[in-house]
Amino acid sequence: MDTLALEAKANGQEKKSSAPRPRPKPPKKAKRIVYFEVEIVDAKTKEKLLLLDKVEPTSTILDIKALFHKSNPQWYPARQSLRLDPKGKGLKDEDILQTLPVGTTASFYFSDLGAQIAWGTVFLSECYGPLLIYLMFYFRLPFIYAPKYDFSSSKHWVVHLACMCHSFHYVKRILETLFIHRISHGTMPLRNIFKNCSYYWCFAAWMAYYINHPLYTPPYYGQQQVKTALIIFLFCQVGNFSINITLRNLKCPGSKVKKIPHPTKNPFTWIFALVSCPNYTYELGSWMGFTVMTQCLPVAFFTIVGFVLMTVWARGKHRNYRKEFRDYPTLRSPILPFIL
Amino acid sequence: MSAPAMGTTKTAHSDVAPKKKRGPGALATAYLVIYNVVMTAGWLVIAVGLVRAYLARGSYHGLYYTIEKPLKFFQTGALLEILHCAVGIVPSSVVLTGFQVLSRVFLTWAVTHSVREVQNEDSVLLFVSAWTITEIIRYSFYTFSLLNHLPYLIKWARYTFFLVLYPMGVTGELLTVYAALPYVQKTGLYSVTLPNKYNFSFDYHTFLILTMVSYIPCKSLSYPPQYTTDVQYYCSWVVPRIKYILRPFDILSNCSPILHFKSLLY
Repeated sequence: MDTLALEAKANGQEKKSSAPRPRPKPPKKAKRIVYFEVEIVDAKTKEKLLLLDKVEPTSTILDIKALFHKSNPQWYPARQSLRLDPKGKGLKDEDILQTLPVGTTASFYFSDLGAQIAWGTVFLSECYGPLLIYLMFYFRLPFIYAPKYDFSSSKHWVVHLACMCHSFHYVKRILETLFIHRISHGTMPLRNIFKNCSYYWCFAAWMAYYINHPLYTPPYYGQQQVKTALIIFLFCQVGNFSINITLRNLKCPGSKVKKIPHPTKNPFTWIFALVSCPNYTYELGSWMGFTVMTQCLPVAFFTIVGFVLMTVWARGKHRNYRKEFRDYPTLRSPILPFIL
Repeated sequence: MSAPAMGTTKTAHSDVAPKKKRGPGALATAYLVIYNVVMTAGWLVIAVGLVRAYLARGSYHGLYYTIEKPLKFFQTGALLEILHCAVGIVPSSVVLTGFQVLSRVFLTWAVTHSVREVQNEDSVLLFVSAWTITEIIRYSFYTFSLLNHLPYLIKWARYTFFLVLYPMGVTGELLTVYAALPYVQKTGLYSVTLPNKYNFSFDYHTFLILTMVSYIPCKSLSYPPQYTTDVQYYCSWVVPRIKYILRPFDILSNCSPILHFKSLLY
């Protein structure tokens, strides 16, 4: 019995020893993570605002902005602009700390961009406004024209056509804002909403007043003029839509890689061979069509002002393309082929 | 009514170091000196003409006709100042200078010249005399600044006289526009009515009323720049103190309806 017991004990021990005992792992050599120290300094007054130590080297600028927001709740991340140099460009949110040309003690200059608002909110409010305002004038709501014309309808069919075109344009824009556009900046300064909305709404009211006026004079060349202008308008609307789709398809969702847009199978995009920002070109074309269709001077003013603004934007974008891509096609002009 | 002076204007109040601006070259300086001398001379001619006419007639009325031509010439000549800013030989904002010069030119041509009936008004004399004295001081100020030899008297005069002349000029202008209103309405001057081929209408009468209304914000905002440093100093003193007083209300900004509204913003 003793031997059996001994054997059992031995077996048991053997079993114990044979069962793979989880060997204590050798002490892992601790990976040397060099923690960064981040100092945030006001760009104008050079006063030290925050010192963060033990910041992970793989953290992004957005993480640092979030940490800064915790200690200064009035400056949410969208409002912060962190720079390496007080006069330099703001760092992007997705830049990683260890890839920046800083030592282990990074010093960022902070400036407040002011209250920010989401770009979607701005775009939607600046498009819904003209849509509703034009319809107010179209249906001749009270207090706009003389009381005897309240809720009356214009006897010119071009007025009805103009309403349809104008509304179609803004509905298309709203749908594009909701489903198609991809803008790189999430926000813009708050004052932009007031600026943009007053521009679009005031011009829409001004145009709508004259087109829907009881004393409106239809175009001089009649049906021919209206039909030609309508074709131009629709052509440019489809073109603008094609360009927006093409620009959307350039970027995969979430990726921030910039690519040069090229002409695709869609004939409306062949203009990319000659123009950097054909969406503005087509927009100009649409409004010129609308001007000819309604033969209305305020619409012409709106077209001209819009053209000036879009040219400024197009030239800025063109310059950015040229700066970013060495092999950017030299044949392209910003907005008008060969001219501008 | 004025563009900032040539050369640096360091006041005792400014804390921010003035940005080093590249001044105009020698040729541009010579041209600007000639321009400012000519303008000073022109406005002196107008001033002398006014005084002589007053002494000859013994009354204030109808003095506009004696200086009508030089006034139009030299005030329109001020349009060149917009060009100077655009080209860059004068370190001033094109928009601000343009706005000020165009408002003057508008009053000279579109109101006083176009509406003959107001030319006998006393308000015309009011703004013409205000403009004359202002411009003489201003152009001589620029001339001396360009030559780097600014007598303190001119600088003092510019600062002090503006306090009286600026409101005087604005009052004269407003009264003149107001006097022109009935004539414009009666004759439909510069107005277009519907129906017409271009589906456009413009009522000059309403436009003048809107101009008068806009005088209040516009003229007070474009107050002469030597006072903006005072305003800046005032703001830099007052604003932090207002913020300090309002600090208790900051907790309100974190309460839930406001947070919800904020979430719509960003």
